[in-house]
Formats: sequence, structure tokens, C-alpha cells
Amino acid sequence: MRDHAQPPPAWAGVEARAGFRITGLRLSAGGRALIDGIDLAVEGRGITVVMGPNGAGKSLLLKLMHGLIAPDEGQVLWAGEPAGEATRRRQALVFQKPVLLRRSVAQNIDFVLATRQRRDRTRRDALLREVGLAERAGQPARLLSGGEQQRLALARALATEPEVMFLDEPTASLDPASVQAIEEIVRAVSAEGMKIVFVTHDAGQARRLADDIVFLHRGRVAEHTPAERFMADPVSEPARAYLAGRLYL
Amino acid sequence: MQDFGAAFALAFELIASFDADLTEIVGLSLEVSLAATLIACAIGMPLGALLAIARFRGRGAVLVGVNALMGLPPVVVGLLVYLALSRAGPLGVFGLLYTPTAMIIAQLILITPIVIALSCQALEDLHREYAEQFRSLCLSRGQVVAALVRDGRMSLLTVGLAGFGRAIAEVGAVIIVGGNIDHLTRVMTTAIALETSKGDLAMALALGIVLLAIALGVNGLVLSARSVTRDAAHA
Repeated sequence: MRDHAQPPPAWAGVEARAGFRITGLRLSAGGRALIDGIDLAVEGRGITVVMGPNGAGKSLLLKLMHGLIAPDEGQVLWAGEPAGEATRRRQALVFQKPVLLRRSVAQNIDFVLATRQRRDRTRRDALLREVGLAERAGQPARLLSGGEQQRLALARALATEPEVMFLDEPTASLDPASVQAIEEIVRAVSAEGMKIVFVTHDAGQARRLADDIVFLHRGRVAEHTPAERFMADPVSEPARAYLAGRLYL
Repeated sequence: MQDFGAAFALAFELIASFDADLTEIVGLSLEVSLAATLIACAIGMPLGALLAIARFRGRGAVLVGVNALMGLPPVVVGLLVYLALSRAGPLGVFGLLYTPTAMIIAQLILITPIVIALSCQALEDLHREYAEQFRSLCLSRGQVVAALVRDGRMSLLTVGLAGFGRAIAEVGAVIIVGGNIDHLTRVMTTAIALETSKGDLAMALALGIVLLAIALGVNGLVLSARSVTRDAAHA
């Protein structure tokens, strides 16, 4: 996907300065604890994959880390700052279902660049080349295939030059080629210093991408270990059951 | 029955020959209603968008109020504007009573709540779709409103046309504040009322036909615009 003969992309060299420190995080709805006392430390570099069964709280944890929702109790600190608008400005979130504006592919990028006061056609074109959508620049974004829409969402997130990028199951229901394209982009930007927090159900994908894995079960961290160790010998029973394809209640 | 037939024939003749009186009345009607609609859209659409995205105590009451104002009785609006613009009224010094400007003001008061309420409804769904993404991007309220208005432009065009439809078909308010003065404030609806009462059915029918043609033409334009946009798949 990436052409290494080209000059480095705009986010190259972005340093993820520090990691996340999460303490006593709780969130309830309708009398049910959705996030039930999470304490977690996540490094400021590399790819952290968040795994767990449906309803474990993966997407909620991502949104709490990004400061999109506020916890009932506890705190998320990133680079020493509490999660909120100030930290969100230096981060980006790619949703499972891409939310694209009713505009052309190029205008979707232009919109984000304009909100950051960085109207720059060259940069936009470079981003579209990076995600393999340069040929589609003038097309309506909503006519793209699912994989292309997700790559556009990724390019739009990169246009903000984030230090951290959260991806919430970005490859769910995509074909293998699109999955591979997105994984290549994620690996490339991570190699250039961007912190990635990636939610997935796919153990194979976690094996391919992760430096470390946070395994959630019923709103709690069942396990947080380096990826190799997690895949070879998960410590917690919920993680062992998950990897073995067994139902763990 | 023969009289009606003759009236229809005469009406079409007036239209085909671009009768001077007819053209003047149609021209003024379009001028007044278009001006009122454009101003109402300029005020109402951003307010509707703000109402769509804002969450504050009493929002429900505001929405109920705006929706209730959609059904404002035109004669009451006409009376209130008349009182405000009459010599003894607070705005009497401007001498606007019985002018096209007074008619624009009356129509503006009638259609602005319609534009606000319909814009709010149209943009609320769009905002629900975009809200989390916009929060993630840390957009200001102004940026959110601008983006919603731009991306919801086809829905807003329909809102504008609903406002225009209400304005051009309105008679109660404009007859009170305009006075239906020949060559000055006579518009299609007030002229139809007058000519019918005088028994000049040909002129009344001609104006009625033009009014219907405008309504159909405007709706045709909207449908074309929507299909062009849908073909481009921006919608």
C-alpha cells in the first residue's frame, strides 16, 4: 500500500510522548455495570489490541480513553492529562461503521483539514495516496465500498496528525484484501511513532498486529500481557476460553 | 356554465398575452414572498440547526413553542404587525404600513417558525449520525452547524420551499398590512379575493392558474434538484 520512494507522510516522526494511566474506572447504565473498576497502564508506543467477547466493554473503554464519554467513577490520564477535549484534539477515533460526510472523498479530508486550519491540497492528495484512494478523490464518499470507506475514515483520522489513534473494530465485516490494506496502514503509522489502540474480535488479527493485548471480560480487565505471551499461554480463564472458542460465563 | 367557460378562456388569454396588470401582480407576489422566504431561511435555518444540536434545560418547551408558532393565524399576525407599524405603534416612525416591506415583515413572522421547526427536524437525524464523529474531532458549535447545513442542504431546500409555499399562498396578513393597493401592494392572493368579490372571474382565475403553476414549478424544481443530488450520491 505504501510507496517508500515517496517523501514520508505528514505524521512521520510524531512522538507518542506518554501512555495511559487508568484508575478505578466505572460506568453503569440501567443499574448494570458496563465498565466495572478498570485499572490499566498502557504504553505510549506500539499497538495495543483490546479483545474480549461481545458486551465486554471494549468500545466503551475506547470511548472513555478518548474522552468521548465521562466515567461515573475513576480517571483516564493520558500524558498526565485527564481525558477530555484537550487530549481528544491530539487523538483520533475510527469507528466500526465509518461516519462519512455527504461529500466527495477529497472533501471529506478537506473538511477535517479546514477544521484544523490546515487547508492543504498537497497533504490531502498525499493522504489519499497513502490509503490507495487517490483515483477516487472526486467520487462521492458514500459510493465507496465498505473497505474503501474505512480507508477514507482512516485517512481522515490521519489528517488530524494524531499522537494516538483508536480504532474500534475497523475491519469488522470487510473482505480479506481490505483487512490487509488497513492493517498495513496501521502498522506503517505505528512504526512511525503513532500509538495505536485497536479493538478486534479476531485473534488472528491480534496476533498479526498487537504488541500487547488487553483482554476484557464483563467490564473488567481479565488480562493485560504482551501479545506473544497472551497467544501462547493466556493467564486468565476467560482469555483461555475465548482463544479456544469456548463459551465462558 | 357558459360564463365559467368564457372566464377560463379569458384567463388563459390574459396569461398568454402577458397582461400588464397580471404580470405586475405576479411580479410583486414573487418579490415579497421570495424576500420573506430568503430572510426566514437566513434566520431560521441556523436557529433550527442550533436547536437540533443543543441540549439545554427547557429545550422541549422551546420545541413545543416553535411548533405551536407554525400554526400562527395569519390575520392575528397581520393585526399585530399592523399595530406595530401604524403611526401610533412602536415602529410607526418608519412609515412602513401599506408597503411591500410591511408585507414581507408579516410573511417573515409567519414562516420563520416553520423554517426553524422543519430545519430542526431535518437536521436532528443528520446530527445523530454525525455527533460522535464531530465530538471526536472537537468541532466548535459553529463548525457543526455549518457542516449540518451544508450536508443537509437538500432537506433544507425542501424546508425553504415549504416556507415559500406558505408565504405565497398567504392572504390574511398581507391584506391587513399591505392594504391591497393597486400598483403598490396588490399580490396574487389579495387580488384573487378582490376580483372574485367584484365578479371579475377571468382575472381571479388567471391569477389562480399562475399561483398553481408557480407551486407546481417550484415542486418540480425541488424534485429535479433532489434527483440530481441523489444521482451524485452526495445525499
